[in-house]
Amino acid sequence: MLQINHVSKQYAGHKALDDVSLHVPAHSIYGLLGPNGAGKTTLIRIINTITGPDSGEVLLNGKRITPEDALHIGYLPEERGLYKKMKVGEQALFLARLKGMGKDDALKALKFWFEKFEIQSWWNKKVEELSKGMAQKVQFITTVLHEPELLILDEPFSGFDPVNAELVKKEILALREKGTTIILSTHNMASVEELCENISLINQSHIVLQGNVEKIRTAHSTNTFLLRTHDTLAESCLADCNVAITPQAGRNKLQEYIIGKPASMTNNELLSRLLGICTITSFEEILPTMNEIFIKTVSK
Amino acid sequence: MSKIGLIIEREYKTRVLKKSFILLTLLTPVLLVALILVPLWLSTIKADTKQHIVVIDKSGLYESALKSNDLYTFEFTNRPIDTIRNNVQETSELTGILYISGNLATDTAQVILYSDKQAKMETVSYLSGLLDKYVEDQKIAAYNIPNLREMVENSRTDIKITTVKWDEDGKEQESSAELALIIGMLSAFVIYMFILIYGGQVMSGVIQEKTNRIVEVIVASVKPFELMMGKIVGIALVGLTQMLLWVVLTVGLSTILGGSLFAPSDMGELQNMAAMSAGQSMPPMSDNMAAEIYGMLSGYDFIQLLVMFVLYFLGGYLLYASLFAAVGSAVESETDTNQFSLPLSIPIIFALYAAIYSAQNPDGPLAFWCSLIPFTSPIVMLVRIPFGVPVWQLILSFTILVLSFAGTTWMAGKIYRTGILMYGKKNSWKEIWKWLTYQAK
Repeated sequence: MLQINHVSKQYAGHKALDDVSLHVPAHSIYGLLGPNGAGKTTLIRIINTITGPDSGEVLLNGKRITPEDALHIGYLPEERGLYKKMKVGEQALFLARLKGMGKDDALKALKFWFEKFEIQSWWNKKVEELSKGMAQKVQFITTVLHEPELLILDEPFSGFDPVNAELVKKEILALREKGTTIILSTHNMASVEELCENISLINQSHIVLQGNVEKIRTAHSTNTFLLRTHDTLAESCLADCNVAITPQAGRNKLQEYIIGKPASMTNNELLSRLLGICTITSFEEILPTMNEIFIKTVSK
Repeated sequence: MSKIGLIIEREYKTRVLKKSFILLTLLTPVLLVALILVPLWLSTIKADTKQHIVVIDKSGLYESALKSNDLYTFEFTNRPIDTIRNNVQETSELTGILYISGNLATDTAQVILYSDKQAKMETVSYLSGLLDKYVEDQKIAAYNIPNLREMVENSRTDIKITTVKWDEDGKEQESSAELALIIGMLSAFVIYMFILIYGGQVMSGVIQEKTNRIVEVIVASVKPFELMMGKIVGIALVGLTQMLLWVVLTVGLSTILGGSLFAPSDMGELQNMAAMSAGQSMPPMSDNMAAEIYGMLSGYDFIQLLVMFVLYFLGGYLLYASLFAAVGSAVESETDTNQFSLPLSIPIIFALYAAIYSAQNPDGPLAFWCSLIPFTSPIVMLVRIPFGVPVWQLILSFTILVLSFAGTTWMAGKIYRTGILMYGKKNSWKEIWKWLTYQAK
């Protein structure tokens, strides 16, 4: 749906993006990761046509993106705010109409969302009377109100308490079900694992890691497994094929072992060796978390 | 409605509906009218208090000159001054003691007014007026020439110079240099105030949007240039609204209040009071005076003046507002604006000074050049217009102004576009130059 081909962008003095390419498939949630200052915000601004790339192109549904396409994009920036002195309802209406909605449509949609989030009573409050979390809710609504095809959320969960973060997460998933394509930029790796199908990791203006989240995690496998059994294993019982067994503190009388195998050995080979020496209750591969992969990749 | 329309609407509505705007817009004309009418009104009240004056006339010549009337009562006595002085302190109703020591026809300085408070200018001029007239009559009578009185009256002259301005068609227009000066300075000063105030509003509006972090949401929907122009135009409309309301309210209020406070019959008395309290031996204003002022006022083409005022206000405002917007976009908070806004305020303040000097010599080289330079022309030209400016100069000056504001707006747009999205950085002039010369695709 969204295709970014060889985009580079230079600011006076430094390169913000260098030959960045990525493809966001339709109806999916795409993670855009990277440390602070890596160039994520620049990339997002280019997609939003706030700035243009120096070279390369951005295609939306196969066509070069134009400022008019911004009407079909919803953007929740990381640095976000509202006019403090304006009333909530008035402001939401203003932002909706800037996205090309008619007054009546906008009012209807706002009523729907305000009821959904149970914030009808805020309509005539001034923004400065709202707490940060409350303002974030209003901002989220104004971002999705015009039913954009493409939704760009930059740290959508920051500022929310766990209850409201869950509410927003549910809405994001519901939007994807309805066919919205979502780009999620966040430092919260747990939500990346939970929500995103694909990611791009940008570091120092380059893409350093890209692909399907599960595939990336498998590719970064450290060949470590968690074994639960009622039997007791000696640490050196599989030393002949370089398998390390580290006992963990067991729970419920089960013994837990972390097992590290050499890369040359397949999972099944390991399993068949283990079957010979104990009764397995459970056996699972410990995949590295996105958090670990992030830190490892960025600090390389 | 297009998006720039939405932005203009928001800027306009939020500002015009603000309590401070409504209060200021409504109260200023009230204050202005009060400032003019209250002193006049007070001067009519003042006349009601009765003045009691004890006269010690050593010469014994002036009892018939000082006759009691509604406002002044004169009491003649021969008691020594010290005893009366004690009484003065006891009876506060006594205004003062008029001590006449000799014949005023030979020595005019032989009158002293004693009082325990500073004697009012009005009282003094009334008393000296009475005595003047009496002594004058006495002198005239002493010549024993028939009809001398009339001859003296006839010989009094009051020369008035009427200034006439030729307009473009060679037609004559009665004009007044003072009036032109007042009209010119007033409009120049109003433009000066509006550029500073509303330019400042543009700047703080931009800073607010930037520090609120709402700007990124908005530029995702509209072009930064549209946002900037929307803000500038919206605020200009606020300024025009305020100006219009001020004019309408001031004229309306002063007509209504002025009409009801001072019935026409009071007007003559009012003018006398004004003349007296000024302590001048001005002849009472003739009824023609008002007509004369009216005639001079109608000598000005007010429609032309108003049109030029609005045009130059808009031109000057647009020129500076876009620059103020650029400054707002380059800074992080209102406290950082000084280093950038100073270069903007200096030409505006300079323009005001140039306008003051130009008013004294509206066709001099300073006035000429400053009314062509776009950074000073909106203020200086307004001073010159009531004195009459050749059409080619008006056209040239306004063309330069329009071209310059197109230029500054374009330049400001470039700075603004980059500036509003730069967070957490203090920017230098060097940095801004980079934004300006940077070629974005």
